[in-house]
Amino acid sequence: MIGTILLLLILIALWQGGYWLCVDLLGWWKPYAMPSPQGVGLSLIRLGGNGSLLRATANSLLRGLTGYALAIVVGLMLGLLINRSSYLQKHLKPLVLGVQTLPSVCWVPFSILWFGLSTSAILFVVIMGSAFGIALSVDDALQNIQPIYQKSALTMGATRLQLYRYVIFPAALPALLSGLKQGWSFAWRALMSGEVMTTSIGLGQTLITGRDLADINQVMLVMLIIVLVGILIERCFFSIFEKKLLKKRGLV
Amino acid sequence: MALHLKNISKYYENSREPVLQNINLTIQSGEFVSIVGVSGCGKSTLLNLIAGLEKPTGGEILLDNAPVTGPGADRVVMFQEHGLYPWLNVIENVKFGMMLAGLSKKEQETRALYYLDMVHLTEYRDYPIHQISGGMRQRTALARALALDAKLLLMDEPFSALDKQTSNHLREELQRIWMETGKTILFITHSVEEAVFLSDRIVILSPTKRSVSDIISVALPRPRHVYAQEFVDLRHRILEEVRGEKI
Repeated sequence: MIGTILLLLILIALWQGGYWLCVDLLGWWKPYAMPSPQGVGLSLIRLGGNGSLLRATANSLLRGLTGYALAIVVGLMLGLLINRSSYLQKHLKPLVLGVQTLPSVCWVPFSILWFGLSTSAILFVVIMGSAFGIALSVDDALQNIQPIYQKSALTMGATRLQLYRYVIFPAALPALLSGLKQGWSFAWRALMSGEVMTTSIGLGQTLITGRDLADINQVMLVMLIIVLVGILIERCFFSIFEKKLLKKRGLV
Repeated sequence: MALHLKNISKYYENSREPVLQNINLTIQSGEFVSIVGVSGCGKSTLLNLIAGLEKPTGGEILLDNAPVTGPGADRVVMFQEHGLYPWLNVIENVKFGMMLAGLSKKEQETRALYYLDMVHLTEYRDYPIHQISGGMRQRTALARALALDAKLLLMDEPFSALDKQTSNHLREELQRIWMETGKTILFITHSVEEAVFLSDRIVILSPTKRSVSDIISVALPRPRHVYAQEFVDLRHRILEEVRGEKI
C-alpha cells in the first residue's frame, strides 16, 4: 500500500516535471494539448464539487454492471451450449473466437441503427463486447475439469443435475471466475465505446464533453476515473473472492 | 450370488482385436476377489464395465440378478487417484455420496463419523484435502465408499500411487475393515503380493487370451503374514503364472 502510494507520488511528480519542462519552459506542447496535474485537480474540484462527476460515475457503473450481468447470462448459456454439443464445439466455437476479436466499437453502428441513441444501444455494445469472451471461458472451464471428479460422482449415483450442481460447477469455479474477471474488463471497455457516442450522462459522455470544450484536463480526469473504477472493481470484488477460493483449495 | 459376469466381451470402435472376451465370473456376497495381470491386460476396463462407466460389447453383467445398465451407487468405485473434491473438507467428502442419495443430515453425520473412525481419521474431519497426506486421502476415499453401504465395492489399484510403506499399512487396514464389515469387494491390482494378502480368490487375466486364464483360491488363514512360508510359496506360484502369461 505504501509502495503504491509512493509510486503514484513519483509518477505525479514526473508528470508535473515533464509538464513544466516541455510546456512551460521549452514550449514543445501548447497548454491546451497537455493536461497538468494541477489542471486535472481543478477539474476534479469543479466536476466533483457540483456532483456531476459522481453522477456520471454512478450512471456508468450501473449501466456497466447491468450490461455485464446480461453478458454473463448470454455468455453462460452460449458457453454451456458449445460445451454440450460436439457439433457446436466444432463449428460454432471457431466463429465465436473470431467474433470475439472484433473491437467492441465495431458494434456501435449496428446498435445505433437498431436502438437509437439510448441506454439499450449502450447495453447492446457491452453485451456484444463481453459475452463471447465469457462464453469461450465457460467452455474452457468446463472442459478442463479432471474426468475423475465426474467419474467418481457417477459411481456414487449422481444424477445429471447433481453432477452439474455439486461437481461440475464447483470444479470449474476458479476457471469460471477468471473468465468472468476478464469479461468484466471487456464489458467496462465496451461500455466506454458505447457511451462516447450517446448523450446520456456517464463517464464516456463527460469525456466527450471535455473534448468538445477543448478541455484536455477534463478528458484526462475522466480517463483516470475509468482506470480507477476498473482497479477498484478488480480489487474489491474479484481479487478477494479469487484469493479466498484458491486458498481454500490449497492452490496458492 | 452378488455379481455375475456372463460371457463378457469388449471391443473398442475401429478395432477388431478384443480388449476382453469370454469373461465368466461369479462373485459371492461377502467375498474378497482380486483381479491381477500385467498392465494392459484389461483389468481396469473390466472394472469400468462392472461399474457401468463403459458398456460391454457382448455378454451380461448381473448384480443380484438385475442387469447393470449404467453407473450407480450400488457399485461404488475407489480409484487409484482418490477423486476427492478439493472444495470440500474431509468429512464433507465422506458425506458426498450420502448427500447425493438424499440421506438426512443427521444420518450423514452419524455414518460419516462412524467410517472416519474406522479409517482413523476422526481428528482430521475438518481438514481440507490439500492438507492431508496421500495415504490419508485414500483413507478418506475408502470411508466415502464404505459409507454408501454399496452391494459391491470396486477398487481400482487404490494403493498403487502410494509409497510402499503407506500402501502396506493401508492393505492391513483394508483387511481389518473387510473382516469387520464383511463387504463384497472386487480389487484390481498389479501386485500379486497385495492380492494374496487380501483375497479369498485371485483371478488372473491373460493379456494374450484377453480372458481369465486361472482362478486361484487362497485358503490361508487371516490375518495373513507376508513372510509366512505358505504365503511366499503361493505368491511365487501366482507370480510365475502371471509372468508366463506375458506376451
